[in-house]
Amino acid sequence: MGFALTVKSEGRIIMHKYIFKRLLLLIPVLLGVTFIVFTIMSFTPGDPAQLMLGESAPPDAVEQLRQEMGLDDPFLVQYLRFVGNAVRGDFGRSFSTKRPVFAEIFARFPNTLALAAVGVAIAVAIGIPVGIISATKQYSLMDSISMIAALLGVSMPNFWLGLMLILVFSVGLGWLPFAGFESAKSIILPAITLGTGAAAIITRMTRSSMLEVIRQDFIRTARAKGVAEKKVINKHALKNALIPVITVVGLQFGFLLGGAVLTETVFSWPGVGRLLVEAIRQKDTPTVLASVVFMATTFSFVNLLVDILYAYVDPRIKSQYSK
Amino acid sequence: MTSTLADKSRTTLKKKNKKRSQWAEVWRRLKKNKMAMLGLAILAVLILGAVFAPWIADYDEVVIKLDLVNRLQGPSAENLLGTDEFGRDILARMIWGARVSLRVGILAVGISILIGGSLGAIAGFYGGKLDTVIMRIMDIFLAIPGILLAIAIVSALGPSLINLMIAIGISSVPSYARIVRASVLSIREQEFIEAARAIGANDTRIILKHIIPNALAPVIVQGTLGVAGAILSTAGLSFIGLGIQPPAPEWGAMLATGRAFLRDAWHVTTFPGLAIMITILALNLVGDGLRDALDPRLKQ
Repeated sequence: MGFALTVKSEGRIIMHKYIFKRLLLLIPVLLGVTFIVFTIMSFTPGDPAQLMLGESAPPDAVEQLRQEMGLDDPFLVQYLRFVGNAVRGDFGRSFSTKRPVFAEIFARFPNTLALAAVGVAIAVAIGIPVGIISATKQYSLMDSISMIAALLGVSMPNFWLGLMLILVFSVGLGWLPFAGFESAKSIILPAITLGTGAAAIITRMTRSSMLEVIRQDFIRTARAKGVAEKKVINKHALKNALIPVITVVGLQFGFLLGGAVLTETVFSWPGVGRLLVEAIRQKDTPTVLASVVFMATTFSFVNLLVDILYAYVDPRIKSQYSK
Repeated sequence: MTSTLADKSRTTLKKKNKKRSQWAEVWRRLKKNKMAMLGLAILAVLILGAVFAPWIADYDEVVIKLDLVNRLQGPSAENLLGTDEFGRDILARMIWGARVSLRVGILAVGISILIGGSLGAIAGFYGGKLDTVIMRIMDIFLAIPGILLAIAIVSALGPSLINLMIAIGISSVPSYARIVRASVLSIREQEFIEAARAIGANDTRIILKHIIPNALAPVIVQGTLGVAGAILSTAGLSFIGLGIQPPAPEWGAMLATGRAFLRDAWHVTTFPGLAIMITILALNLVGDGLRDALDPRLKQ
């Protein structure tokens, strides 16, 4: 009893160490990400000071602002200043609204988060059951139909799917709003649009993972000792088959957070993706830079969480770290 | 003397035969896959359409010429898929659009394979610090979702066909680097590499003649699927105004303009989207088929 307890607490310490190590490793990655995006954005033509003050601004005012913004400093100094400010949550001010960029992003982030969460929820609600049925009834009509549907799902550009959904459900049937953010109903079409690709991927993953597990010895053993087929699938097989699926679901969530740009544009959804597209149109470099850095950071954090979750749910991985 | 010559020619003949039979084997297996053949047939039609577009519809007279009298006409005998907001024939623009999409898709993937493949081969072959540095940089690129990286690059460089290809190409460099590195690592330790080194082949020769041909299979599969991804990204970037600029025909851009006329003219958005979907579907089918055909584990 006492022995088991120490092993358990030791495992927890190892897990904490692992998480801490992963968090530390995230720092150079995020520095690299900001460096890449900062470098890319520095190729944007035009003088930021001029853009901020407008075309008609007097030259000496522009020159003064250039000095204030430190635009004549060497590139590396400018980058380090950007990082220094960014870690304090200061991403500068938007050229177009003149408000702090970070506040703008943070005000819109919950909308993107909600959209991605509902999208993933829809994808899971469709993908996992369909994947299980497909695997348990391999080569049946149901299996063929769902595999063709999944193939179409991954081949469809999601912005086009969004337009088609608007065409049918808003323009044609008039059931759902086609854009905006007025009622709870507004989230339905964009979430379906965003979730379809993920649903297709989750279906395929669940099916192949389930097929692999079903063929293993312990399933044959369970069947041989007379466990009911339903229980074999729902308890013995599913538990093991879902481990890789959890990773895919997590990765898809991160992907949807970063990739909601097109869906948000189609539905005029007030999220970070739409902010980014608007900022590009208005040549609002600080907002573009901050949005991309913000989304890449979120993406990295979600991926890290997925890895940690994976280590928690899969005892084989956990044991790897306790060695 | 003559006998050695004959021997030599016999061995080269044997080698050639073996090489041919390896790819013939892949083709034989691919032919059995009905879905892959369907994909290949669709692709053939698309490529023929793209190549012969100038003979099907004249660019200046049909594809970009305004004809406001006939704007937003539904499908008819004259315009099989209807006309857009400037009265231009949608089918003609879609065929020319295939030209743009396929070109951007293939060249973007070419850029990724060239850069990513070289980096991956160097990292895998030399290992050590160089490997660590290259792969850490690739990890950083992987931390930025591809579409965001492409958006950032195009928004900084400005929208144009070439910038689009560069942006999409760069954003998928890391995946090729990883794939090539993994195959190089598995090939590097094999005996024929040791044999090549023993007879005095230098690194460049070993990489070009022995490692790359053997690492080709996963790159071909990923490349086929990658063209699909690149076409999707091109359409997406054009949709938000960062891709091909009007009046040039591009599927994503056609969708974007059709959005404003969704209420009155469904066909303007429906057909270009279908073209994208069918193209991606065909490439996915061929890619999946190639993966199965090239997988040595399925060999008997």
